[in-house]
Amino acid sequence: MCIECGCGEINHHHHDHEHDPGPKTLRVEEDLLAKNNRLAGLNRALFAERGVFVLNLVSSPGSGKTSLLEKTISDLKTELCFAVLEGDQQTANDANRIAATGAPVKQINTGAGCHLDAHMVGHGVEGFDLDAADILMIENVGNLVCPAEFDLGEQHKVVILSVTEGEDKPQKYPHMFRAADIMLINKIDLLPYLDFNLEQCRTYAQQVNPDIRIFELSCNSGEGLDSWYDWLRQATA
Amino acid sequence: MHEVGITRSLVEIAEEHARTGGHNKVLSVSVDIGELSGVVAEAVEFCFEAVVRGTLLEGSRLIINRIPGAMRCRDCQQEFPADNYTLECPQCGSFMLDFTKGKELQMTEMEVE
Ligand SMILES: Nc1nc2c(ncn2[C@@H]2O[C@H](COP(=O)(O)OP(=O)(O)OP(=O)(O)O)[C@@H](O)[C@H]2O)c(=O)[nH]1
Ligand SMILES: [Mg+2]
Ligand SMILES: [Zn+2]
Repeated sequence: MCIECGCGEINHHHHDHEHDPGPKTLRVEEDLLAKNNRLAGLNRALFAERGVFVLNLVSSPGSGKTSLLEKTISDLKTELCFAVLEGDQQTANDANRIAATGAPVKQINTGAGCHLDAHMVGHGVEGFDLDAADILMIENVGNLVCPAEFDLGEQHKVVILSVTEGEDKPQKYPHMFRAADIMLINKIDLLPYLDFNLEQCRTYAQQVNPDIRIFELSCNSGEGLDSWYDWLRQATA
Repeated sequence: MHEVGITRSLVEIAEEHARTGGHNKVLSVSVDIGELSGVVAEAVEFCFEAVVRGTLLEGSRLIINRIPGAMRCRDCQQEFPADNYTLECPQCGSFMLDFTKGKELQMTEMEVE
């Protein structure tokens, strides 16, 4: 192909047309998420340098992300130092709940935005003393679709599914369950009142993501939290 | 609707390349969108006109090249087409599947003046 005018003809030495200002084709191979991925890479490097373990919590609205954080921080705060970024379209409700635990927290309001991105997270942590933190928890906007595409610089995406949502969610929202490598099935204290099939739910999740690791727990009764805490301890050791 | 954000980055990338090359009008942009990328091509098409308003891409043509998905079975190594998240290997029934094609989300070409 002719590099000069990009007209696409291979044996094309005699140009009988004027070169400028005609149209010209540029070959540009660039990932549409390149900018986010680049910023996520910078976040990841910063977190590694400061020795912070980072989780990105994703789920549909109301599955119990903030409850899990409140419980985890209260139970582990003598062992581990937490910092929290809270993403919601609006309100500082979740940040206020986390602040009550004593952990440093920053609320990010995305307005119309349906997910956090690496840029927001990079600025979001500016006020934190990262050297003092062992774990940064990022609670993403409640949405099982969009946050799947956006790397924030975390070590793991943790997807939370509460049993009131139904066991078929991994099949209905496969992108998210594929993007995550940890899945927490929350609110198992409610199982006696529901038809939720736990075994089926695990199978669906493993079909969508054969490498996913599953914990079952309840933020209310505390059941199952110990293995989650052990995993956090090991991951940050 | 993260497609608006994706479309914005497409416009940003195209404008940057156009400016670098000293061009002040983009006539068309081509993108690869994989069927398993999680991005809905129709939604990108839908918001394109609004997003390009006031940019070097105003009035340009969006050419979307949809890439069909494919997966490979870890157990029997069979590769097969998958336009959706296929949940089991059609040959051996295993769930241990990896994507081989269809996650693309890439600008490939642009026509400038
Ligand atoms: N029964 C029961 N209820 C729970 C449990 N965990 C959370 N909840 C309740 O579920 C509701 C939503 O919990 P949140 O922690 O606010 O959920 P979230 O995922 O942070 O919600 P958004 O940030 O709005 O997406 C609250 O009423 C919690 O009390 C649980 O293990 N069992
Ligand atoms: Mg919350
Ligand atoms: Zn197979």
